[in-house]
Amino acid sequence: MGSITLKQVTKNFDEVNVIKPLDLEIRDGEFIVFVGPSGCGKSTLLRMIAGLEDTTSGNIDIDGQDATSTPPAKRGLAMVFQSYALYPHMSVRNNIAFPLKRAKVPAAEIEQKIASAAKILNLGDYLDRKPGQLSGGQRQRVAIGRAIVRQPSAFLFDEPLSNLDASLRVNMRLEISELHKSLKTTMIYVTHDQVEAMTMADRIAVFNAGIIEQVGTPLELYQHPVNRFVAGFIGSPKMNFIELKQTKEDGATCLGVRPEHFQITTDAGIWSGKVGVVEHLGSETFLHVQVDGIGTLTVKANGDCPLSYGDDISLSADQSKILRFNDQGITLPSKGNQ
Amino acid sequence: MATTHSRTLAQFMLFPSVVLLLAWMIVPLCMTLYFSFLDYNLLSPGTEEFIGFLNYEFFLTDPAFFESFFNTLLLVGGVLLITICGGIGLAILLDQAIWGRNYVRIMVLAPFFVMPTVSALVWKNMLMNPVNGLFAHFATFIGVDPVDFFAQIPLLSIIIIVSWQWLPFAALILLTAIQSLDREQLEAADLDGAGPFSKFFYIVLPHLSRAITAVILIETIFLLSIFAEILVTTSGGPGYESTNITYLIYTQSLLQFDVGGGSAGGIIAVIIANIVAIFLMRLIGKNLEG
Ligand SMILES: Nc1ncnc2c1ncn2[C@@H]1O[C@H](COP(=O)(O)OP(=O)(O)OP(=O)(O)O)[C@@H](O)[C@H]1O
Ligand SMILES: [Mg+2]
Repeated sequence: MGSITLKQVTKNFDEVNVIKPLDLEIRDGEFIVFVGPSGCGKSTLLRMIAGLEDTTSGNIDIDGQDATSTPPAKRGLAMVFQSYALYPHMSVRNNIAFPLKRAKVPAAEIEQKIASAAKILNLGDYLDRKPGQLSGGQRQRVAIGRAIVRQPSAFLFDEPLSNLDASLRVNMRLEISELHKSLKTTMIYVTHDQVEAMTMADRIAVFNAGIIEQVGTPLELYQHPVNRFVAGFIGSPKMNFIELKQTKEDGATCLGVRPEHFQITTDAGIWSGKVGVVEHLGSETFLHVQVDGIGTLTVKANGDCPLSYGDDISLSADQSKILRFNDQGITLPSKGNQ
Repeated sequence: MATTHSRTLAQFMLFPSVVLLLAWMIVPLCMTLYFSFLDYNLLSPGTEEFIGFLNYEFFLTDPAFFESFFNTLLLVGGVLLITICGGIGLAILLDQAIWGRNYVRIMVLAPFFVMPTVSALVWKNMLMNPVNGLFAHFATFIGVDPVDFFAQIPLLSIIIIVSWQWLPFAALILLTAIQSLDREQLEAADLDGAGPFSKFFYIVLPHLSRAITAVILIETIFLLSIFAEILVTTSGGPGYESTNITYLIYTQSLLQFDVGGGSAGGIIAVIIANIVAIFLMRLIGKNLEG
């Protein structure tokens, strides 16, 4: 069991409002990712769910029980911190055993749980070392090990991979995803890396300045963002926004085109411009195209794209893939569906 | 700047100050060592003669030596116990978000700036005086006989005075150590179901071990040579009840004018201090490593 329901939850830090009234339903067993720009309140909300931060108003229900003022230890949740928060003077074994000892679990059972956690996370060789003698990735595994032995009803992760180097991050990402598949426990995962969000999540909640802009599966957010903020936040490189000179009959003031939805044409397309910087990544190429009256557009092309700096280029795009926003930034129904 | 050349130059430039410092230490030490082998009394000048280890024999077989040796240990141990325990308590209190915390911190530090003689006199005349002292007034107020601190419990009284002086030092060092504790560790412990006591014993205390070691080592060095507090309060009495080694050397060499005996005592004090230092480093020194 691990369903969490937030009802009209708010948070103020001395008069400063950080979380606006917010509703969210987290289903049992799902992997939900909180993304959003820095300072938008993701960590704060996670800490409120964990019980480390008081809730100013509203309710947090865990498994249908009101847990708004339950102390952290009684909520049955486990958290993995960005700094890992391992106890530096205890061996890995004792770090993992700490929550079990506090819960007065019999010694034999503790031994057995440590052994199984060590097996899942490949910690066998390090059990008697101190955290200071481990690498970042190993520390991360110990922190996860300390969380899983408690068999919590949900795991909370606050940017757990942000201290790791790029390749290790990819590995750990896979390991956490696999862990979720095998444990089938609810996981709430905070990150501002959108690749992590897209690849790991069952559902993503996009935060902006204390509110949730949209909740949905990664593809829903990519294909049908409800507004300009979500459209710009999900997808890499960022979506191109093209302001229109005059408002269209349906109220559209701005078009949104993802770099991968442009087509480079030789005959006159919709937009024409000059190629600026060209970034060759091998499998694909990003062109920064200067278009008069619009600005720079980012265009994704094939890896063997022959264009280079200063070339003239003409662009078009599939009408059904172009998003249209009104002056409030709300997404309008796309032409293709009309 | 780590080439061989620059290092040689640096060593060469350091040479004069090292020599000066060494001379500063070595000359008095050698003179003390020399005097300790002489029959040298200021009352009969000009009759110095070499007497071998006789001074040491007299000093070590004097019953006063053993009493003052144990008094020294009790004094150091007692003050360490009080200042460490009290210091941890104070540090935890001062770490809480209380109103006017910064002023309270400065006030807590105040006793450390009061000269030992002055603070001992204040305690002697204003607080512990059996007739006029605050404690005596308080005792009569609640209807018990006032304690004559320096006659009945002289050593304990001195331990209390010295502890009062050193408590702020311990509290301040421990406070900075507590403040350097990663808050996320405490939050993780919260989630792991640790209560206040578990958090204190498993997280806070191990984190403080290094600072506690530093406090013990620093305080021990100073506490071995407590003198002014004894001189102005009990003068080592009654009998030898509040005499420590330092004070015993003083009575030997300056009250009995026996320079030879006093010097022997001084050398013994140096040896004791080194034994204590080695013992402490063995016991807790590993806490200071990385
Ligand atoms: N203890 C606090 N007191 C006052 N304001 C705080 C406190 N903690 C956080 N805030 C404020 O609340 C806002 C949200 O902070 P939060 O840590 O939740 O951001 P975040 O979304 O996790 O950002 P990041 O991605 O950078 O970690 C920030 O504007 C921050 O300044
Ligand atoms: Mg954060």
